[in-house]
Amino acid sequence: MAATTQIKQLRIATRNCGFIDPESLDDYIALRGYEALAKVLTMTPAEVVEVIKTSGLRGRGGGGFPTGVKWGIALSNKADQKYMVCNADEGDPGAFMDRAVLEGDPHSVVEAMAIGGYAIGATLGAVYIRAEYPLAIKRLRLAIDDARAMGLLGKNIFGSGFDFDIEIKYGAGAFVCGEETALIRSMEGHRGEPVSKPPFPAQSGYWNKPTIVNNVETFANIPAIILKGADWFSSIGTATSKGTKVFALAGKIVNVGLVEVPMGTPLREVIFDIGGGCPDGKEFKAVQTGGPSGGALAHKDLDVAIDYESLIARKSMMGSGGMVVMDEDDCMVSVAKFFLDFTMDETCGKCTPCRIGSKRLYEILDKITKGHGTHADLARLKSLCEAIKDTALCGLGQTMPNPILSTMDTFAGEYEAHVTQKKCPAHVCTAMLTYTIDAAKCTGCTLCTKVCPVDCITGTKKQPHVIDASKCIKCGACYDKCKFDSVIKL
Amino acid sequence: MSMLTVTIDGKITTVPAGSTILDAAKKLDVDIPTLCYLNLEDLRINNKGASCRICVVEVEGRRNLAPACATPASDNMVVKTNTLRVLNARKTVLELLLSDHPKDCLVCAKSGECELQNLAEKFGIRESPYDGGEMSHYRKDISTSIIRDMDKCIMCRRCETMCNDVQTCGVLSGVNRGFSAVVAPAFEMNLADTVCTNCGQCVAVCPVGALVEHDHTWEVVDALANPDKVVIVQTAPAVRSALGEDLGIAPGTSVTGKMAAALRRLGFDHVFDTDFAADLTIMEEGSEFLDRLTRHLNGDQTAKLPILTSCCPGWVKFFEHNFPDMLDVPSTAKSPQQMFGAIAKSYYAEILGIPREKLVVVSVMPCLAKKYECARPEFAVDGNPDVDIVISTRELARLIKRMNIDFAGLPDEDFDNPLGESTGAAPIFGVTGGVIEAALRTAYELATGETLQKLEFEDLRGMDGVKVATVQVGPHALRIGVAHGLGNARKLLERVRAGEAFHAIEVMACPGGCIGGGGQPYHHGDIELLKLRTKVLYDEDAGKPLRKSHQNPYIIELYEKFLGKPLSEKSHHLLHTHYFKRQRL
Amino acid sequence: MSTIASLDALRAKREEILARQKARANKVLINVSLATCSIAAGGKVALEAMQDEVAVNGLTNVDFMQSGCMTFCFAEPTVEITLPGKEPVVFGGVDEAKARELVTEYVMNGEPVEGIIPVTYQRVIL
Repeated sequence: MAATTQIKQLRIATRNCGFIDPESLDDYIALRGYEALAKVLTMTPAEVVEVIKTSGLRGRGGGGFPTGVKWGIALSNKADQKYMVCNADEGDPGAFMDRAVLEGDPHSVVEAMAIGGYAIGATLGAVYIRAEYPLAIKRLRLAIDDARAMGLLGKNIFGSGFDFDIEIKYGAGAFVCGEETALIRSMEGHRGEPVSKPPFPAQSGYWNKPTIVNNVETFANIPAIILKGADWFSSIGTATSKGTKVFALAGKIVNVGLVEVPMGTPLREVIFDIGGGCPDGKEFKAVQTGGPSGGALAHKDLDVAIDYESLIARKSMMGSGGMVVMDEDDCMVSVAKFFLDFTMDETCGKCTPCRIGSKRLYEILDKITKGHGTHADLARLKSLCEAIKDTALCGLGQTMPNPILSTMDTFAGEYEAHVTQKKCPAHVCTAMLTYTIDAAKCTGCTLCTKVCPVDCITGTKKQPHVIDASKCIKCGACYDKCKFDSVIKL
Repeated sequence: MSMLTVTIDGKITTVPAGSTILDAAKKLDVDIPTLCYLNLEDLRINNKGASCRICVVEVEGRRNLAPACATPASDNMVVKTNTLRVLNARKTVLELLLSDHPKDCLVCAKSGECELQNLAEKFGIRESPYDGGEMSHYRKDISTSIIRDMDKCIMCRRCETMCNDVQTCGVLSGVNRGFSAVVAPAFEMNLADTVCTNCGQCVAVCPVGALVEHDHTWEVVDALANPDKVVIVQTAPAVRSALGEDLGIAPGTSVTGKMAAALRRLGFDHVFDTDFAADLTIMEEGSEFLDRLTRHLNGDQTAKLPILTSCCPGWVKFFEHNFPDMLDVPSTAKSPQQMFGAIAKSYYAEILGIPREKLVVVSVMPCLAKKYECARPEFAVDGNPDVDIVISTRELARLIKRMNIDFAGLPDEDFDNPLGESTGAAPIFGVTGGVIEAALRTAYELATGETLQKLEFEDLRGMDGVKVATVQVGPHALRIGVAHGLGNARKLLERVRAGEAFHAIEVMACPGGCIGGGGQPYHHGDIELLKLRTKVLYDEDAGKPLRKSHQNPYIIELYEKFLGKPLSEKSHHLLHTHYFKRQRL
Repeated sequence: MSTIASLDALRAKREEILARQKARANKVLINVSLATCSIAAGGKVALEAMQDEVAVNGLTNVDFMQSGCMTFCFAEPTVEITLPGKEPVVFGGVDEAKARELVTEYVMNGEPVEGIIPVTYQRVIL
């Protein structure tokens, strides 16, 4: 067994994932499943809301709004019907926390939704889940059916007089439907587009009724908070961010996978102690948190204690928990362009700044990576980013510039090199690469001439060879093939 | 209602709870530019997408800028609309819009009426730093009535609000994502292949040139220039209430006489009036109503009630698509436009002694659906249509300007006879409730043999979407329904389908009736224009010596010399039609 | 199936389940991670190979279960094996050969097999 000093993770939301059969209600009950629901049914809704408020739990989907406060708004809005919605439209590139919970411990979400329903006065719940998660859907459906069969959902739960049931709504793969107002529009059968807030869903949401939309991971924390107490939960984490956060480690990292750490864990521990650092001995360069809405953190940020505020202060955000690690071989302009490509594809097209602005941001980045950028482009890039943050309708648009702004801030030199010297320091931007042969190292083995698809390498056998830059298509075949490291990429 | 105190640019006002920042700004005369915003409160038309972002303002305590059109005012809110941050944000939004908008204002149908063009001028945008980027490109879609040029669409979604929320046609919606997002029919079909009623309300509200009428003015010029043709024109009631707006005349001014004079100067051989045909419609439709009513009261199961008016081609196509089970309910009477065409190319061609092919009938209509209506195959004889060309009020204004006619300086002239005379019952066809009011005036006198004392049916007037009133006609208490806007029509028809009893129902596809038609001068969101047009038509009615259709001497002559009597065999042949079941998609 | 109509009934049900689980404590428990990604990585192949190996060797004291994500993407497929009276051990990279080896070596003989994933977390038990 590993030494205790290695234990950096604390699993609350994923406490049961991998330990129980997700298709067995018995397995869940064995771990005190549904006891939290039974407990809240002996409390008043206001008391339940108070517990969640005191716990300090904040939304795990990205925004970090205090869950208890949100519930309190819905509770105080009187209506003949309210709704409790679980947002399982996970869509950040490289993020799969929600799927893991739904596939590994679906009852924890079902139970938590019933708890939330009781707290706000909702008798109906819905899980909005992307249709690309068939196994999660199957297990969730089974969990709902099993709970209903045992009277843990439905009428008069635990003889308390409280009714609650859950239906499943399928998303069709639009990233923007993770935004709560767009999600609600989609649930209503409309085109998935966000609407202006206020009013907030907690005031007027699904079918214009007070509606709470919480993320899967947020829900997964609820039963633990109820059973172990708000004080226990709030004892974990930082001053403003309580509990733990699940991250999906992806990219250039040894231990790709899910990790759950207390809020306030230094980034370094997550990347190196848990994640094992970058593979192949490469040097860590940056990590993108918050997916396409977040920003890149670099070496200087490694000792940041991760919480909502510290990430925002560094032009990134918590987001849903994606952590994409980049190493020395990654070009940060290209990384920003990658995320813009994603948002440009995923913006719904409703508001002007997002629909057209994303395209124009992408075009400027593309120009820079192709070696045609100017200082005016950099200035335009920045001002357009600021304008989009200020004017876009929903969170997707408002955060879309983050990957650009954070990389322009942290890796200003790299942008500068692309624009001034027309060089990509990470040797990623093909248009700006030149391949040459170091005559001192070249043995004249001729291997490179055999792999060159355009015959641009010439030379006599056993004599140093030469690359004709005017013909070279920068495919890199000679570079990969050379056994003497004589091909130089600049 | 609780009142909120709001400070905008240092000026303080109070507004009722539920007001937006824009409402408060209007109260303070603070000008906030808008583009996607459209709010015609009396008609319950509200496009509240807040998608264009041109109206953004600074709100104290808020991180980002807020759209004034959609952000509710709150108590003690402090708003700034005139900061550099706001100005620059609006400039960027405009630059982005222009970077994805064709710069073909020179040949754009909307030039001069374009709200985006106005904003570009106001902000002095001469070039966009984002010019040269990719432009979104879509296939042009041309129907008989409407041209969709989505390259120009700015995604304000006003057309969707009209098509879905107001008209409940459900033809237009956002499709695709991001930069490729566009408003289109399902599966990006052509409008002509959809349930589109051609009402043109999408055109009426489009701020740019993405949705415009299918212009037929040059076809009119070609006809006028053809020495082998006799070209006659008819003008719908609502045209005279609004034409002046596009020709420098104050809104709310009747231009009937100048319009007749202008048409004569344009070169039409005879200038007639659809109002004449409106009187004729009342004779046929009113008689049909009395016939059905009598038979119904005598227990004839085949005599269906209520009778529905059928003057409005948008409405006709709407019920063909949406109520195909009720095709025996509407009146079989053709619309005034088509009655005019049928009479012109039979009765009047006979008078002139020329074959119908030599006669060209041009209509001036407040409507785009009329372009579609005249092309319906059942309204042609051996391929020769009863009405050849339809132009809208806007198109007529353009023709008048193009011909250098000093409209304001024209004398008032009369229409020609025999197809130009009308009673006061005719002009009110252009207003919601007007057709049924006109029909009741005649039906009352025909049914009772008495003189109707009060001609105005006030309960049937006004902007309420659905109006229901009981009218005493002799021994019968008739339950009358009126709906304008197809969404209201749908509601009323569903009540009928559910068994609610009505005797007669009038429906006009456009909110307000024809005065708000898709071919009228653009109202740009100003509801007052519609009210002024309404007043013009009611005034015209009140000012006429004869106000009941059956008193029209030329109508009496038409029956005596040609048709015989209402619902005669000849009438049925020329003035009545039938309907078709159409697909729901 | 009767419903659980009160907290007491829930607790009784739990006791019953725990008793049933305890009765199995003298058996080997093989827990195969079968989340979407684990299945894609070959989790079902590992499960079937182990079931086959158990049958071939006539073992009767082995129970199988499936679970969700074990969080070790870098080491899929993953399998957790609990020998009677011992701590559970998670093995990564369990291809078909490793699966069979786990049965013949670790389950049958208690011999260590390569690919153990250390426990680097503390788990909240409610």
